[in-house]
Amino acid sequence: MSTQPLLQVREITKLYAANKGCADVSFDLYPGEVLGIVGESGSGKSTLLSCLSARLAPDSGSIHYHNRAGESLDLYSLSESRQRQLQRTEWGIVHQHARDGLRMGVSGGANIGERLMATGERHYGNLRGTAEQWMSDVELDIDRIDDKPTTYSGGMQQRLQIARNLVTHPRLVFMDEPTGGLDVSVQARLLDLLRRLVTELNLAVVIVTHDLAVARLLAQRLIVMRRGEVVETGLTDQVLDDPQHAYTQLLVSSVLTP
Amino acid sequence: MQTMIEVEGLTKVFTLHNQGGIQLPVFSGIDFRARQRECTVLFGESGSGKSTLLRSLYANYLPTSGSIRVFHRGEMVELTGAPSQTLLDIRRETIGYVSQFLRVIPRVSTLDVVAQPLRERGVDQDRAHQCAGELLERLHIPERLWSLPPGTFSGGEQQRVNIARGFIVDYPILLLDEPTASLDQRNASVVVELIREARQRGSAIVGIFHDADVREAVADHIFEIDPTQKSESRAAS
Repeated sequence: MSTQPLLQVREITKLYAANKGCADVSFDLYPGEVLGIVGESGSGKSTLLSCLSARLAPDSGSIHYHNRAGESLDLYSLSESRQRQLQRTEWGIVHQHARDGLRMGVSGGANIGERLMATGERHYGNLRGTAEQWMSDVELDIDRIDDKPTTYSGGMQQRLQIARNLVTHPRLVFMDEPTGGLDVSVQARLLDLLRRLVTELNLAVVIVTHDLAVARLLAQRLIVMRRGEVVETGLTDQVLDDPQHAYTQLLVSSVLTP
Repeated sequence: MQTMIEVEGLTKVFTLHNQGGIQLPVFSGIDFRARQRECTVLFGESGSGKSTLLRSLYANYLPTSGSIRVFHRGEMVELTGAPSQTLLDIRRETIGYVSQFLRVIPRVSTLDVVAQPLRERGVDQDRAHQCAGELLERLHIPERLWSLPPGTFSGGEQQRVNIARGFIVDYPILLLDEPTASLDQRNASVVVELIREARQRGSAIVGIFHDADVREAVADHIFEIDPTQKSESRAAS
């Protein structure tokens, strides 16, 4: 309760045109907290996520990150190399398309080991051992460790991407539609895996999704965006069960339940 | 006796923006109190707002106006307008809620579903599973089902899983929305026992029970919600 927020976001604005991008977004994210960002396509969710994860400089506003060493870092006054270092060590970024987050030319095992090498691990046996451990943690067949991700199915690629991100024990993970484009049965497996990892590793997560069921399952808190603006925030179940804004009401009432 | 919940002037109006902004008033100006070691039963016609009041107490519904304060970590804390972090902490430590329906998560076993509230409080897996097993046994869920996700269980079985999950933590406040609705006599009486034990331990219990036998067996107070007039509290006979 009394702990410092991990991320302090203040009045972040990044507009490509009027209502295109995100405007005036502020929130705090605490360790171990899962924050969902929901809204229709084009509502600015992914733009906001890029700003938060130091991949897209906002037009205005500030983001402070409280690092492991206890320092408060102003993200966009850091050098690019320090931003990249944060992304590789204390953070994880899970892309919607696993191809954007994986190196497709090297083996599955190497994809996991690469992040570890970036943080200083050089011992081949350790790298391989850790890669095997993570393959089994994300329910990938260890026999596939030397195969390239191009030979993996979509669901396997997504799980490999998650393993690659988590191997360095990040404190904060950004996810952009991690279950988008996957079969429902594969989705359920991935969601279960994410839920387990989030609890076991006490991860803080910012997850962008247009799927309200995914948001309900993973996120404790929601931000609802429409045309670049935050229209509603609150506890996930409160926002979904008693939505206040016209747009959220429309979003919730438009969901089909089988 | 410590007051655990204090509601003043609570009003709830649903506004349906996509149906021409139609306003659905549920109740207005409710004053309500629940104390430690007492069970208060919400009473009223269907549609009088019993569930809405209960959900408001859990911060699942947002009040239109009025105040809800709960006794949390040694002081009265206002729910309305509280930061999400405070609300989540209140739900973890102070308020438990048993709804009528279980929200099933694919691939998660019954034992894990029930043990989860303990795990979230940092109890280790073995201990949490042991407590979950004891409750499931009392509620007559056969052990061969424990490793399965409850998605394929019958309505009554799912409800008992939900009850086990709600009672696994000794919450200072327990909110029950028709916990016995689809249970047979034998299981309903187990729920009555569980409620009495929780009250004995000092919990404040607020519940909705359609079954008159159950209601009489547990109620210390009846709080009657009358949307047209002033709602009032009276001692159970």
